[in-house]
Amino acid sequence: MRHVISVQVENKSGVLARVAGLFSARGYNIDSLTVGTTERQDVSVMTIVVKGDDKIIEQVKKQLNKLIDVIKISDHLISNSIQRELAILKVSVSPSKRLEVFQLAQMFKAEIADMSQKNMTLSIDSDPESLDKFIELLRPYGIKELIRSGRVSLLRG
Amino acid sequence: MKLKGSQILIESLVKEGVECMFGYPGGVVIPIFHYLYEAPFKFILTRHEQGAVHAADGYARASGKPGVVIATSGPGGTNLITGIANANMDSIPLVVFTGQVSRNMIGNDAFQEADITGITRPITKHNYLVQDIKDLARIIKEAFYIATTGRPGPVLIDIPVDISNSEYKFQYPDKVDIRGYKPVYEGHPNQIKKACSLIESAKKPVAYVGGGVILSDASKELRTFIKKTGIPVTTTLLGMGSFPETDPLSLHMLGMHGTYYANHAVNESDLLIAIGARFDDRVTGDISSFIPEAKVIHIDIDPASVSKNVEVDVPIVGDCKTVLREINKIVKAPSISKWIEHINKMKEEFPLTYDKKSKGIKPQFVVEEIYRLTEGKAVICTEVGQNQMWAAQFFDYTEPRTFISSGGLGTMGFGFPAAIGAQLARPDRRVVDIAGDGSIQMNVQELIVAVEHKLPVIIAILNNGYLGMVRQWQQLFWSKRYSHTSMAFSPNFQKLAEAYGAVGLTVDKKEDVEKAIEKALSVKDRPIVIDFHVDKEENVYPMVPSGKSVKDIIIRELA
Ligand SMILES: Cc1ncc(C[n+]2csc(CCOP(=O)(O)OP(=O)(O)O)c2C)c(N)n1
Ligand SMILES: [Mg+2]
Repeated sequence: MRHVISVQVENKSGVLARVAGLFSARGYNIDSLTVGTTERQDVSVMTIVVKGDDKIIEQVKKQLNKLIDVIKISDHLISNSIQRELAILKVSVSPSKRLEVFQLAQMFKAEIADMSQKNMTLSIDSDPESLDKFIELLRPYGIKELIRSGRVSLLRG
Repeated sequence: MKLKGSQILIESLVKEGVECMFGYPGGVVIPIFHYLYEAPFKFILTRHEQGAVHAADGYARASGKPGVVIATSGPGGTNLITGIANANMDSIPLVVFTGQVSRNMIGNDAFQEADITGITRPITKHNYLVQDIKDLARIIKEAFYIATTGRPGPVLIDIPVDISNSEYKFQYPDKVDIRGYKPVYEGHPNQIKKACSLIESAKKPVAYVGGGVILSDASKELRTFIKKTGIPVTTTLLGMGSFPETDPLSLHMLGMHGTYYANHAVNESDLLIAIGARFDDRVTGDISSFIPEAKVIHIDIDPASVSKNVEVDVPIVGDCKTVLREINKIVKAPSISKWIEHINKMKEEFPLTYDKKSKGIKPQFVVEEIYRLTEGKAVICTEVGQNQMWAAQFFDYTEPRTFISSGGLGTMGFGFPAAIGAQLARPDRRVVDIAGDGSIQMNVQELIVAVEHKLPVIIAILNNGYLGMVRQWQQLFWSKRYSHTSMAFSPNFQKLAEAYGAVGLTVDKKEDVEKAIEKALSVKDRPIVIDFHVDKEENVYPMVPSGKSVKDIIIRELA
């Protein structure tokens, strides 16, 4: 199962390695990990998206909690949080198909960031599901390059 | 007043009440050693950094105080790794200082540079790289706090040499406030009530006690609990001494080489009360067939240990001492006379034993003689292997902190340096390292340290000419192919001892065992090595083979 774990940590060096180490030591590949600053200067938040057996993820969360530099951990579900991710895609689009892609972009509130003879570069920030869908719809045109930022997430309410 | 970083370090140790420090010098810690010269506590210069960290570990286990270590950068730090990992696995409080190259050189492959905070991250409870002299005193304060509270463990502080040499106003903080670290000591009252009602209605309960009880100094509370409830007690290797093994309710050790009756009692139990234990695989064997019928109460200060390996019915996160105290206030005794009768029958039928009529020296006999001649009052350290298991099986431990052994990591070479630390912590007791001929060679260089400090540690080598425990597995499970487990080529241990200025004795007759131990006990001013030439192919029994269950227990030698 895919888990989104939000970890509040001390904003200092070495913390990222500690957190990542708990996953890598178990042979877990993290799908995405973002680190960002927060409203508090001395606190960062890591948003970790990882696939894994529920029991093992539970154990990893307990181990994360044991880290001295970890302040708080929460599980984020689609239902209880606002989740966003940014992607930039370079798609090869012949002039005749440009309009199609343009319309698709409009529908998903994506932005045309750059354009050349052969390529269109689009940027989109949205909830991860729409983002997945957008990427799927663009695939037939030929995605030459794609980069995703990893998720950020904030609990609702 | 402004002090140099080096002085701040030493003044901080004084504030922490440090009485003894272990270590080894080198380039980037010379500034610190410069002030250690006049420090008001003892400094033990070992002959290898691994010796220093194991000695500090033994000191901590014997005294209950944190062990303090210092080593230089690069190889000094990397030589500490095994010892740090060892302390981490067994939750032993250590504060370890390493020197680091100066800040402007870090990351340049400078001479004797190693990323020691990176290397030790997974084997410490926490570690620090000091980046600013103004943080130094606070970091040391935090390190001692983190090492000794909650589930204890080693904390490492890496200090760049330019920080040692710079100056700052010294003020030792009197409080620690770490928002991400607030260990919970009190158990939840509702959980405690639930546990008590399970205990009262149990028909076949067993208390399964681990090192956590010793770490939290809860031995007295445990004894009260057992007195009130009459529940039989088995301990892990690290739990030995928390409950007197001379008590009729003691089942001795459980697990791979635990007693028949401890393993069977646990397996048949309807309630397992785990106290400061973590369901290690050496205890559970095959986890899927472990305790098929038991409900589980688990008291542990580390939430990550609870429900990690087995499902727990009543988890109680808290300090063993505090929780047991609360339980003792309300718990009522279950009626279990039949259960006790059944257990006593198993004890009679399948006691720990060995061939007592053998002509040669049985290693078990040596351990029994050490027990008898020290009147059970010795502090026993062990190496790893068969020697460790016999030391666990054939000596009845009655007090906490009198059995010191590498549990989680199983580190050969731990016992002797640990014995040095233990002897420093307990000058009132004789310390005996029950050793193997293989293990003792891993840190034998520390003999000179025991000689230098006139420590009368007795090293009892159960010399079987083999890496015995590995040979035992080869014999039982690998068609007796004794691949590279012979120690036929070993030094003359008696002469080796003498070369170091220690007393050396060799014993190859059964009737000389007593005399040799008595002779050793009469020496009070230097270490004594006794080389017992024991039966070569003696095995440790009972044995639950790795990954198997109690059903598969091997009770004695198969003909
Ligand atoms: C540092 C280290 N290396 C290897 C092992 C694996 N090992 C476990 S027991 C053992 C044999 C120990 O031999 P010895 O000290 O003679 O003890 P015996 O079993 O013969 O009593 C070995 C090699 C270990 N535990 N620790
Ligand atoms: Mg041996």
